[in-house]
Amino acid sequence: MDVSQYLEIFIDETKEHLQTLSDQFMVIEQEPENMDAINEIFRAAHSLKGMAGTMGYKRMQRLTHDMENVFQEVRSGNMTVKPELVDVLFRGLDALEKYLDNILETSDEGTEDNEEIINTLNRIANGETGGADAPKEQPKESEPAKSEGGARYQEIHISDYEKNTFDKAKEQGQNVLGVTVYLQETCILKAARAFLVFKALEELGEVIKAVPEVQDIEDEKFDMDFSLVYFTKESIEKVKSVIENVSEVKEAFVGPYDVDTSGAQESEPKAEEPEESKEEAKPEQKPAAKTGQAAAKTAEKPEQAKPAAAKKGSKPAVGRTVRVDIEKLDVLMNLVSELIIAKNGLVSSSSAEGEIKDNAGFNEQIEYLESVTTSLHESVMKVRMVPIESVVNRFPRMIRDLSKKLNKKMELHMSGEETELDRTVIDEIGDPLQHLLRNSADHGLEENDERIALGKEEVGNIYLDAYQDGNNVNIEVRDDGAGINIEKVRNKAIEKGTITQEQAEAMTDKEIVDLLFKPSFSTAEKITDVSGRGVGLDVVKTKIEGLGGNIECKTALGEGSSFIIRLPLTLAIIQALMVELGMEKYAIPLGSIQTIEDVPISDIKYVQTKEVINLRGSVIPLIRLDQILDVEPTGVEVENLTVVIVKKGDKFAGLVVDNLIGQQEIVIKSIGSYINCSKMIGGATILGDGEIALILEVNALV
Amino acid sequence: MEEINDIQNIEVAGEGKQYIVVRIGTEQYGIDIKYVDNIVRNQRITRVPKAQPYFKGVINLRGEIIPVMSLRLKFNLEPDEYTNATRIIIIKLESQSAIGIIVDEVKEVVTLGESAIERPNAADTSDPMSQFLSGVGKHGDGLISLLNISAVIVGKEAL
Repeated sequence: MDVSQYLEIFIDETKEHLQTLSDQFMVIEQEPENMDAINEIFRAAHSLKGMAGTMGYKRMQRLTHDMENVFQEVRSGNMTVKPELVDVLFRGLDALEKYLDNILETSDEGTEDNEEIINTLNRIANGETGGADAPKEQPKESEPAKSEGGARYQEIHISDYEKNTFDKAKEQGQNVLGVTVYLQETCILKAARAFLVFKALEELGEVIKAVPEVQDIEDEKFDMDFSLVYFTKESIEKVKSVIENVSEVKEAFVGPYDVDTSGAQESEPKAEEPEESKEEAKPEQKPAAKTGQAAAKTAEKPEQAKPAAAKKGSKPAVGRTVRVDIEKLDVLMNLVSELIIAKNGLVSSSSAEGEIKDNAGFNEQIEYLESVTTSLHESVMKVRMVPIESVVNRFPRMIRDLSKKLNKKMELHMSGEETELDRTVIDEIGDPLQHLLRNSADHGLEENDERIALGKEEVGNIYLDAYQDGNNVNIEVRDDGAGINIEKVRNKAIEKGTITQEQAEAMTDKEIVDLLFKPSFSTAEKITDVSGRGVGLDVVKTKIEGLGGNIECKTALGEGSSFIIRLPLTLAIIQALMVELGMEKYAIPLGSIQTIEDVPISDIKYVQTKEVINLRGSVIPLIRLDQILDVEPTGVEVENLTVVIVKKGDKFAGLVVDNLIGQQEIVIKSIGSYINCSKMIGGATILGDGEIALILEVNALV
Repeated sequence: MEEINDIQNIEVAGEGKQYIVVRIGTEQYGIDIKYVDNIVRNQRITRVPKAQPYFKGVINLRGEIIPVMSLRLKFNLEPDEYTNATRIIIIKLESQSAIGIIVDEVKEVVTLGESAIERPNAADTSDPMSQFLSGVGKHGDGLISLLNISAVIVGKEAL
């Protein structure tokens, strides 16, 4: 059965099951007696096993099978959940995730057997049940061969050199099979039939050697039978049925091929246990071993080479998808139909125009069209939105592991997992969040005894809160730990030469905290492998700014610190203020604009030869956009400057523009990679008249 | 890759390759027709600040933003003079996004066999222009410098 079409579904569902497993493992770690959780795990493991089996992922199947066995015992009350068991289960989960990653990339599960995890699982299951019967039966990858009467593949002689290849194949978990195929006596096109057999086999594995030689088989220089040695991951039955599916094949004998007895004409080969074959295994298949036939093979049919090559290809086997709520699609469909109605309205009013001037009706239609396109835009955006749950749900597990590793008791409290963000943002936000959480766990929270001494509760708390705030989504990572020691940061910065003594004295606490986001600045006294290599917050900051967001840190000594990430709801379409500089038009994203001011030239003051204005008590630096962007000066002297006040975090700046055009909804388009445009340009957009306006990146300007 | 080479070889053996002949300044250049996506009239180019000097800016081609490069500036010739004959040739290299190049005039399409093309001497690297050329074609009385398009697009400007 061809299962590749189910691959995407398999991956999606496997992810869900793995998440369930992870969640429930956390539950049983806390409440070992929780029967609901245990049942849930059993169910998830069972479905996972079934799915992996269907898809032919034997290793995954085996691992989940053993997990399921353990839970069978737990469920029937024969054993209890112990911390040791949970640890193994989590390791098993990681292994399953690794399989899934492999499948995602190559649509193959990889060759890692995770023997050790399986053995530990079995040991626990057996130990607890007094060596009971249940989990001992492991799925066998090869089973005893059947009738061996005409199994002439045993006569194939293998050179020492070729034996190496066998060992490698075995190590990769492939079965080494011998195959003898008998064609029907009535068969006319023997070579063609043989070709079909080879083709079928090549799809499942690799033909290593054939008797007679492949070239001879092709030239029909053989009797009614030919034999070959074959590497595959499939079972003997599968291979046999594949061969016998080729018409005019009379009979096929398939069985394990034993290297050591080859040539000895032994007709009763033994089925090997998978463990054995793996242990005696060694290096990898060498292409050299098959070059003999490679030429013949490729001449035979070029497509044969493809499956092997495709397997190693680095392209992910599955594209990126978004699961869309059917209701959202219904809304979209409705809007599109309204759009069509609006268009028809326009058509009829324009054809009516010739007779009666119906301007009012025309405008009405335009307004209608506008409201429909606005709703359409919103709905399409919503389709791209994904709850952040899909990123944050792996964090409880991570904190649990960190807690063990750092030997600190801590708890993660999450809220707002249902908050939605654009898919592209979701994909990128995981790492920065993970980093911040690790930071909180490692540096933020004090050691347990320290906490007790300070009169805090022993268990440290880390909070991850997400919520929508206007056009932004805020994600806050907070801890109730020691907070950031501002003095320490200040001293460290001086010591590292980031700032001078004088600067340090002039800086506010807030500015000092911002130093943490500078590259190569880590205050951790000891470097752990959890965090503290100095490549931390600056990377987080860059990443978040790359997504069009910003990050700020608030801290109170002794009470904890919090990092607030602000992200735009969506990336593709924004509201912008259109401005004119000379003859050119630019767009400034509305999100970053505070106010627009008319400033008389006489109000400009100079601080360190830089232009500033004093706006209602705060000093704001002026940025002459025309100079920064090399716009040709218009040469017109004006008395009043139009200044757009923009905000980045807590910083303000005034952008001097020549003219304001107005507010507009713009679609952001990329300029492409050929032009090395500066960071100041965030993209381009096409205006109503087909002209292009560049979008200014306020974060880079301020 | 081999397949592509094969196809090219067949073409060369048969009728040769087709080139669009364009004029830049006083010289004629040939652009392999398989890279040409479109030829459009000169239109309003929006300047991009701080870009490489030979990028004149971006244009809007049916809703797509396409960067436009001046071959004259890239080849260190006189700056462009826009006339009625000025065209922008939209080039599309495999799997890369489109890019426009400004030429003074598009003259004709010619077919050149391998025998009509003189390959440059690989050892001669003294001329900075040589990196942009894949050969010189003879057509009628005139000579056509054949552009090595991928080098023109990604390479550094002539000094």
